[in-house]
Amino acid sequence: MQYLLLIYAAESQWSTMTEEQGAKMMAEYGAFTQGIIASENYKGGNRLHPVAKATTVRVRDGKTVMTDGPFAETKEQLGGYYLIEAADLDEATAIAARIPGARLGSIEVRPIIGM
Amino acid sequence: MTDDQRSLEQIYRDEWGRIVATLIRLLGSFDLAEEAAQQAFAVALEEWPQQGTPANPRAWLVSTARHKAIDALRRKQRWEDRGDPDEAMRGLAHKPDTALEEETLPFEDDRLRLIFTCCHPALNTEAQVALTLRTLCGLTTEQIAQAFLVPLATMAQRLVRAKQKIRDAGIPYRTPQLPDLPERLSAVLLVVYLVFNEGYNAAGEGRALSEEAIRLGRILFELMPQEAEVRGLLALMLLNEARRAARQSEAGDRILLEDQDRSLWGQDRIAEGLSLAESALRLGPGPYSVQAAIAAVHAQAQTASQTDWPQIVALYDVLLRMQPSPVVELNRAAAVAMSEGCEAGLRLLDLLVQRGELPNYHLLPAARADMLRRLGRWTPAAHAYREALALATHEADRRFLTKRLAEVETRTY
Repeated sequence: MQYLLLIYAAESQWSTMTEEQGAKMMAEYGAFTQGIIASENYKGGNRLHPVAKATTVRVRDGKTVMTDGPFAETKEQLGGYYLIEAADLDEATAIAARIPGARLGSIEVRPIIGM
Repeated sequence: MTDDQRSLEQIYRDEWGRIVATLIRLLGSFDLAEEAAQQAFAVALEEWPQQGTPANPRAWLVSTARHKAIDALRRKQRWEDRGDPDEAMRGLAHKPDTALEEETLPFEDDRLRLIFTCCHPALNTEAQVALTLRTLCGLTTEQIAQAFLVPLATMAQRLVRAKQKIRDAGIPYRTPQLPDLPERLSAVLLVVYLVFNEGYNAAGEGRALSEEAIRLGRILFELMPQEAEVRGLLALMLLNEARRAARQSEAGDRILLEDQDRSLWGQDRIAEGLSLAESALRLGPGPYSVQAAIAAVHAQAQTASQTDWPQIVALYDVLLRMQPSPVVELNRAAAVAMSEGCEAGLRLLDLLVQRGELPNYHLLPAARADMLRRLGRWTPAAHAYREALALATHEADRRFLTKRLAEVETRTY
């Protein structure tokens, strides 16, 4: 099965990190990503720019309406994701727990509907 | 297996969980398994009275259910007109005959898989409870809805959603291994204990829940005898349930432990509970085992006044270290009041109040009221009973508090 692991955290946690802390975090992410590539769980993943750079698009009555910012204002924001292949939810949640960001914020594990 | 003399109803009660557990493994679907099991029991109801009960009813039912499932899948396939047999079909076609499987595969593993899957932490607690009662205990959706005082449609929906989540989120049908086992087991034990407590104070339908919880506790004990807390929980439930007949008056009023007619206590359950509690503590005590030990001290007292209160206080100290909680502190304070006097108990309760703990819990003012009453401080006692009454919602609690309030009020004038 495939799962999308959505990484949520308060963006302020990243912005208030010292350079050293930030570098350490990035190194941990690098090691984690290499780990799930090696175990063949990795299908994809990216880090996202902060919500300040988000644009929300809606189409109403055939007209495209754009607004600055995220779809919803929340305490924790989506900061990145991994797409993984896992045997079952237990394997997926075990991988999610190893994402460095799980210690800062939370990881939402969403099963992908096979098309 | 020898000739089976059990009635079909008894077989349903004994075997439903095992049969469904095995079918889920064979069919890979909760819904399919449940439906097939129901159909197999319907066939049995028709055929057994004429043809006699088969030598191995469980194997017969699993085998019949499996064939029903194959038929259902074939029909579905023809209906959908798909060339490629789907995965469940392919799996089924290559399974050996069930009678053979029963000899080679322990059914116990299936029930363990089932209970751990029903109590998977990815499901919410309400769903865990409902699913366990439906699949493992074989209660109908109607029975579960009635027991929890929930509309039938709500309960049906809860079960459907839980099964969909298991399927779509890929919750595995598997017994967890170390290092996850302790945490997963405590989720299972919590579900069993919640079912027990729901039945503890209930009248009518709800009462059966305590018996179901004990049955679940026995299954767990049979499957995991090496787990201390499994024993501890079963002991705790048995020791509490042993007092059921003494716990309520004929009018349905609650009778406190100290006022109970101890000759009404179920001695068989007490004996079983005591021995389990003792072995649980020897294996390595956890919170359930310690609570069972507390219940055991009560069970061993011939009269209320012979209760070994210092021992109970000591056990609460152990419990508090394992599981710090204001409710445990409250219970400990009540034991201290019995052991060292109500002044000492009151001091502990006042500390809880000062810390702002348990603001909406009627048992805190009720315990204060009781200690004040025992000290003959009628006016503050009446005040505390009124406080408790303002928070109590359960009818039996309210009747009890109202009665006590009336008693102390006559003393204040």
